[in-house]
Amino acid sequence: MNFQLTEEQEMLRKMIRDFAENQVAPTAAERDEEERFDRSIFEQLAELGLTGIPWPEQYGGAGADYLSYVIAVEELSRVDSSIGVTLSAQVSLASWPLYKFGTEEQKQKFLRPLAEGKKMGAYCLTEPGSGSDSAGMRTTAVRDGDHYILNGGKIFITNAGEAEIYLVFAVTSPELKHKGISAFIVEKGMDGFTMGKKEKKLGIRSSLTLAINFEDVRVPAENLLGKEGEGFKIAMMTLDGGRNGIAAQALGIAQGAYEHARNYAKERNQFGKPIASLQAIQFKLADMATKIEAARLLTYQAAWLEDQGLPYGKASAMSKVFAGDTAMEVTTEAVQVFGGYGYTREYPVERFMRDAKITQIYEGTNEIQRVVISNYLLKE
Amino acid sequence: MDLRLKEEHKMMRRMVRDFAQKEIAPFVSVMEETDQFPRPILQKMGEMGLMGIPVAEEWGGAGADFLSYIIAIHEISKVSATVGVILSVHTSVGTNPILYFGTEEQKRKYVTRLAAGSCLGAFALTEPHAGSDASSIRTSAVRQGDAYMLNGNKVFITNGGEADTYIAFAVTDAAKGTRGISAFIVEKDTPGFTVGKKEKKMGLHGSYTTELVFDNARVPVANLLGQEGEGFTIAMANLDTGRIGIAAQALGIAEAAVQYATEYARERKQFGQPIGKQQAIAFKLADMATKAEAAKLLVYQAASLRNQGKACGLEASMAKRFATDTAMELATEAVQIFGGYGYTREYPVERLFRDAKVTQIYEGTNEIQRIVIAKHLLAD
Repeated sequence: MNFQLTEEQEMLRKMIRDFAENQVAPTAAERDEEERFDRSIFEQLAELGLTGIPWPEQYGGAGADYLSYVIAVEELSRVDSSIGVTLSAQVSLASWPLYKFGTEEQKQKFLRPLAEGKKMGAYCLTEPGSGSDSAGMRTTAVRDGDHYILNGGKIFITNAGEAEIYLVFAVTSPELKHKGISAFIVEKGMDGFTMGKKEKKLGIRSSLTLAINFEDVRVPAENLLGKEGEGFKIAMMTLDGGRNGIAAQALGIAQGAYEHARNYAKERNQFGKPIASLQAIQFKLADMATKIEAARLLTYQAAWLEDQGLPYGKASAMSKVFAGDTAMEVTTEAVQVFGGYGYTREYPVERFMRDAKITQIYEGTNEIQRVVISNYLLKE
Repeated sequence: MDLRLKEEHKMMRRMVRDFAQKEIAPFVSVMEETDQFPRPILQKMGEMGLMGIPVAEEWGGAGADFLSYIIAIHEISKVSATVGVILSVHTSVGTNPILYFGTEEQKRKYVTRLAAGSCLGAFALTEPHAGSDASSIRTSAVRQGDAYMLNGNKVFITNGGEADTYIAFAVTDAAKGTRGISAFIVEKDTPGFTVGKKEKKMGLHGSYTTELVFDNARVPVANLLGQEGEGFTIAMANLDTGRIGIAAQALGIAEAAVQYATEYARERKQFGQPIGKQQAIAFKLADMATKAEAAKLLVYQAASLRNQGKACGLEASMAKRFATDTAMELATEAVQIFGGYGYTREYPVERLFRDAKVTQIYEGTNEIQRIVIAKHLLAD
């Protein structure tokens, strides 16, 4: 048993940290303020090989492991979690199902450009009437010769607008309930496929979250992912791993906020000495760091299990609920350590606290994670 | 990163788990009801080599590693935190200081018997006025010819009255502060050394916690451990291992709470269905299991670092603080899930609740752990 990362993983972390601090952090506040997604940053991620970290080289990936990918999301989120979630949606949500369920042709046509970062991907499951209860979706896909005709709409789609490849879940056989759902690869520019409202959000403001609409969109039958009726299974299996990516995002947010709080506590003088010399502040920092360490171990454990080919569903849900709750708690405390200044946009912890909230909500709310975990426990 | 246990560690876990189920579990109610010291259990543990797990074979031990020892504490504490703490104190602070700082003769005379389990060890540092502030002890040791005369009182000594050897700390040079403290191996039959009041405790029934009285106790010079003035160093040297031991004890309590509560939630019916079907209960279980998993990773990370001979001060304190707070929280929740039955001594969760509390207090209170953690963090 050992808990050390490999030298390659440590090097990757250092490389991404340098990139994040030099290329991402300087504009993070400005992009947040302007609610502006910057494709050029995504292109730099692609140049660094980060958009396809865990995929084999034959599909344009870097051939590394999931743990390396999780470290990448963590490090990016440590300075800007809008970039963290952009990468997480690209890899965990859009690419993973293509890698697991795609035909060789689909992999070459769609996974490769996603892995190489030449295209962006999005995962389209949620609808106005179906959030946690995703099997209740209404978007339909009706077979018509060698096409499926899609009608309906999705909401809260990360990367939408900029993405070229959309993985869309739709009902092919309503009578079969969740076994009548299928997955389709939809490309930007297809007739009848349009972008809807762009959400104005509490946080992760420089990432994209849009509604999308399908009006008689003709999707070639060869773009069916997996078999007809396999969609719900694909969606759920994707989220099993995807939530570990969100755990990594939450971990990075917590780590970034903690470091800002610690550095501030060492510099800020009150009563003639740094506030870091007060136990009230020291104990906050101690608890923040301890919870972050626990969150990190849970997150890495889930990624490591996936790398080993071992079951990771429960571990992944645990990592998501714990890291998400830790991010919210730690960022709230970080704002507290900064006091009045922490409440202003002059300092980054305000943004971190807003960004943290979403990690408790998306890719399965933390309530859904608890349902997942307790199902495992009560079955065991 | 490799989170798998080696075969030798798995074997240790299996062996201790079986032993705890077969030999310790039936004795738990005896300890609870009569406060009887588990002498017969310790004797069997000695025969199995469990009283000297990390001690080299040349000194009568099992020659296993530190991780094996932590696995044993963890597994035993799932069944009995009482036996867990007796073993932890005996090994971490009753035997290790002699192993690390003793002369060949001291090791031959004491360690061989402690490791074989024919003698039980104890550690005498705390005094009425010197708890967390251990350097302020007042017990004195004055050299007279070939002996030191010890005078003073110790309190809260685990294994007091039952132990054969006590590693006692006393001031040899009051002018030198912490550098004026020395360590002595005190045998139970030493003239002038008596065991005082036995504490009536909230939990850990069957483990003994007593005062020690030194009234011109005559300790041979040959029983000075290390150099004169080295006592405080010796006392602090094994803090990390002691903390990881208590963290493992707390982990055992926490996991037992999850296990009992889960089983009860599956069986207990209200409103026509198992209470585990209620989200109010299922979510408690999910949070309990997640926190126990986080605690486990922190404990095993610290143990694994220590096993590799790496610095683990920060990780040990984090593990101790988190695992013990988790034990208290989970035991409290387990009592809640059991409802009125949980408040009775008919069910084991009442014992877990009482046993958990002390883990937040001894071997460095959790407030002391936070001070240690904060020092590490702010030193960067």
